[in-house]
Amino acid sequence: MKISEFWLRESVDLSGISRAQLLQKLTAAGLEVEDYVDVAPAFSGVLVAEIVACEKHPDADKLRVCKVSIGTPELLQIVCGAPNARVGLKAPLATVGSVLPGGLNIKIGKLRGIESFGMLCSSTELGLPAGVDGLYELPNDAPVGTSIREYLALDDAVIELKMTPNRSDCLGVLGLTRELCALFNRKAVVAATNVVTPSISDVREIHLDDAVGCPRYLGQIVKGINPQAVTPIWLQERLRRCGIRSIHPVVDISNYVLLEFGQPMHAFDLAALNGKVTVRRAQAGESLKLLDEQTVALDARFLVIADSEKALAIAGIMGGFDSRVTATSVDIFFEAAHFAPEVIMGRARTLGLHTDASHRFERGVDAALPEAALARATALLIQICGGQAGPVCRAEHAENLPKANSVTLRRSKLDEVLGVVVADVNVEAILRDLGFAVTTEHGQETIWHVRPHSGRFDISIEADLIEEIARVFGYDQIPVTLPNLRLSPLVTHESQRPSSDLRRLLCARDYQEAITFAFTSSVALQDFGLVGHAIKNPLSAEIDVMRPSLLPNLLTALAQNQRRQQDRVRLFELGVVFLDQGKSEPNRIAGVAVGAIENESWGSPTRAVDYFDVKGDVDALLVGTGVSRYVAFGKDNAAPIYLHPGRCAQVFLGELAIGVIGQLHPALIKTLDLRGAPVVFELDLTAVRDAHVPKAQGLSKFPSSRRDLAVVLAESVSFDALKACAVAAAGEMLSALDCFDVYRGAGLVQGCKSLAISLILQDFSRTLAEEEVEAVVQRVIAAVAAELGGVIRS
Amino acid sequence: MSALDTILNDGLARISDAQDGAALEQVRLDWLGKKGLVTEQMKQLAGLDAEAKKAFGAQVNRVKEAMQAALHEKKTVLDAALLAARLSTETIDVTLPARNSSAGNLHPITRALERMTAIFQSMGFEMAEGPEIEDDFHNFEALNFPLHHPARTMHDTFYFDDGRLLRTHTSPVQIRAMQALKAKGGLPPIKIIAAGKVYRSDSDQTHSPMFHQLEGLYIAEKVSFSDLKGMLTHFVRAFFERDFEMRFRPSYFPFTEPSAEVDIAWERDGKTSWLEVLGCGMVHPNVLIAGGIDPERYSGFAFGLGVERFTMLRYGVNDLRAFFENDVRFLSQFR
Repeated sequence: MKISEFWLRESVDLSGISRAQLLQKLTAAGLEVEDYVDVAPAFSGVLVAEIVACEKHPDADKLRVCKVSIGTPELLQIVCGAPNARVGLKAPLATVGSVLPGGLNIKIGKLRGIESFGMLCSSTELGLPAGVDGLYELPNDAPVGTSIREYLALDDAVIELKMTPNRSDCLGVLGLTRELCALFNRKAVVAATNVVTPSISDVREIHLDDAVGCPRYLGQIVKGINPQAVTPIWLQERLRRCGIRSIHPVVDISNYVLLEFGQPMHAFDLAALNGKVTVRRAQAGESLKLLDEQTVALDARFLVIADSEKALAIAGIMGGFDSRVTATSVDIFFEAAHFAPEVIMGRARTLGLHTDASHRFERGVDAALPEAALARATALLIQICGGQAGPVCRAEHAENLPKANSVTLRRSKLDEVLGVVVADVNVEAILRDLGFAVTTEHGQETIWHVRPHSGRFDISIEADLIEEIARVFGYDQIPVTLPNLRLSPLVTHESQRPSSDLRRLLCARDYQEAITFAFTSSVALQDFGLVGHAIKNPLSAEIDVMRPSLLPNLLTALAQNQRRQQDRVRLFELGVVFLDQGKSEPNRIAGVAVGAIENESWGSPTRAVDYFDVKGDVDALLVGTGVSRYVAFGKDNAAPIYLHPGRCAQVFLGELAIGVIGQLHPALIKTLDLRGAPVVFELDLTAVRDAHVPKAQGLSKFPSSRRDLAVVLAESVSFDALKACAVAAAGEMLSALDCFDVYRGAGLVQGCKSLAISLILQDFSRTLAEEEVEAVVQRVIAAVAAELGGVIRS
Repeated sequence: MSALDTILNDGLARISDAQDGAALEQVRLDWLGKKGLVTEQMKQLAGLDAEAKKAFGAQVNRVKEAMQAALHEKKTVLDAALLAARLSTETIDVTLPARNSSAGNLHPITRALERMTAIFQSMGFEMAEGPEIEDDFHNFEALNFPLHHPARTMHDTFYFDDGRLLRTHTSPVQIRAMQALKAKGGLPPIKIIAAGKVYRSDSDQTHSPMFHQLEGLYIAEKVSFSDLKGMLTHFVRAFFERDFEMRFRPSYFPFTEPSAEVDIAWERDGKTSWLEVLGCGMVHPNVLIAGGIDPERYSGFAFGLGVERFTMLRYGVNDLRAFFENDVRFLSQFR
């Protein structure tokens, strides 16, 4: 909220308090000063002047020679090029010796041979917002010779406050005044209120149909206002400084009262008001054209102000177009009412609206305000536009007005929560300064019974009062202590590997950690054969569903890096994916790798990363988890469409499928416009973290024997099958089996391959005899031949 | 000069002249070999009487030992020269780049988060978790945000058709932690931190629709606002390794009261300004009640901080969006 500093200083005696102190205190009390701006830049020597004569320059078509009065007996000759320079106009004059914004010094000048003793100014020349083309046209009653800074109060500043939703009471000068009184321990300046005595008897009957939503409604008729009246400059300026545009005197007055009291008002053109005023719920199907000229469909959620025929305004949100005050309105009906926050909350938002009125009413407006606000508005209206006021019309259901319940504050709780003792007198002073009624009960401990100010909608429990004390006392006065934490050792489970270990492992294997959005594009997912859980109100089509896999966004990141001339990209990510309509959020770990196996080097030949490289990374991740298996997809479980069907596998831990690994499908590589053949993996993080606690084994003291076999097998027989067969046949003496060569080509039948395997045999109790080793080898050879049709290659 | 002396002197001269291992070996064969000069002298022993045998044998042995010592010494010299010659040819350019030296690194957000959690874990806080798709109860209602309350407008929320939503803050974990404790029949203290992704439907230069928060909750008997100030002051200074001036400023969050925002005096380009870094407060009694904890007996504090903000300040990152673009040229700076 923007507010004029001068307006505040006019309402509370802040003498001796600097601007910096004022701003600092506001922020320290929770009314955060977001910004403050001087109303005008520095300039000097500019006075209110009146043009008393104005003639064409003899030697220049566009210049005029003016005689200007600044209240002294002598008139000043000023040469001026403004199109609106005319006799009788009052405008700012920069006298000789003035310094204008930007450092312009005004000296006696000569324009086309005629001397000029100063410069008549436009608003922009004074650093003020642009107005009419030409000179700044001051009101006719502007006092000639007065400093313009003084006349327009240009030493003022606009303070912009970031108001939290609980402090609706400070959305007006009145509430801020109360706050400043408490913060600075000063007194409010009570302005003499000028109450209009009714001079006509016109009234409207008011009926409160929804007495809970609107327990108080005040209205007043003012007839015969002058449609030609203009808003005085002081009022225009105040509105402008608070961020509100001057529109029409009646509207300006409503807005002024809104800013002054925090009470939203509304003015109807009396001529558009037929019969009695009813505050009721809108009927389903009812519609209303609003002030902003949009027509909205209403229903029973909305409270409306209606006449005997139709809805005229949405209560507490916005007035209607047809009953608005226009330039020709002469009879006015002013409204000042109390609407309960519950009937306003969320309604404006539903209509895509946010108004000064809805902003206040949904947070809560002091129910005591309508009377004073209406009196102020009527008085201002008659002062500015003339007219005659009728008596105040009133409808009220007092039982539904907000009740200021008494809240109890205990000394013990106060001390406990704050960690510092605020003296009794200070507690009471703070509460009273805030406009709260306080009674003190001295018993075993001091207890205060507090009735909050009627403008405070945020005080209903003890904690609310404690906050008030802390806030005004000053958070900076509360000491800094460390809690007495009871010692309780953190329990860590060694069988749950920390994610940080896995991250570091992949980093060491040259993967860069990425964090991508958890949402992705539903269209992009189609290329992966995946469907994401749809967001109802997405920001854009690029991020309209939750990711069902980490891979799509990781691959997007990979593609973007390739576009930035990175040929070798290796990324991994840990994060949740969203499955089963968003009801399941498993954690995953995924990686993508493309480009050379290592950075280009003088020292070793390079090649592109392939399935087996990434399988090595996955194996490294799975070390310690138990036995992992890689199973090719088959007929029963088709490979994901985003993977190359012949170069991908499902990863198992025991019988548990924990993820996939594989080369990206060539079609997807094309769709995503990628270079190379990325290899990807994605695993369930919980499974990967699930490690066993190691159990140490004894070491054999006896040497091992190694035998190598080259087995020719059909392509369809996997290494895993060969291994399983050999392990079963070899028995317990086999301590390790590995594949050290794969050969295809000359010497082999088409469709066959030769796998060279090593068998390491060892016993714990003795050195194996040659015959024993040979017997094992023969058993393996026999089993491989019988079960897999394998032939030993000689 | 005796014949033995001549043999010895000649032998030593040959050893001295030997230029390589082969020449030296030849000397050994010629003197000490089966038919070597010294060996031949040994053979003369057979014809001597016992007395002369003893005397001559001693002399021959002395010659033999002297030869052996000289041979060994020369061999050592020759070997050393040989090794030196070999080494002088075996130099490499040690400045050539290493093979396969590259390694990745953690994302800066992870790096900062690990640092934060380590600080809190050192103070006895345990990690807690909650789902990213939350229900209205945990994200708002239990945290004292009534339906349609204006405070909700501070959280631009992503919704799903079933009424659930993407959590707008990590605070729902507070409720889940309290509920979990109650389900176990346990009682405070609760000391948890929760870190993770949160979502707001807002996207511009300074807002990302997804970002990270770190949440903390401490509930016990007699926890005070001064404890909160102490804990967070300690944390912020430990994280940045700097003794900032800090400011606790009243603010409003529905789930804490009193509430505060914390500013640090941040110096940049020689100018110090207040920078908001986190929000905190004493847990609101309504939240304790929603979590099944007696607000008369227990009190507590909670805090939440934007991990991106801390990361940006710590590592001098200027653009929030860089965190999620995953440009490896950016990521690889955080080694």
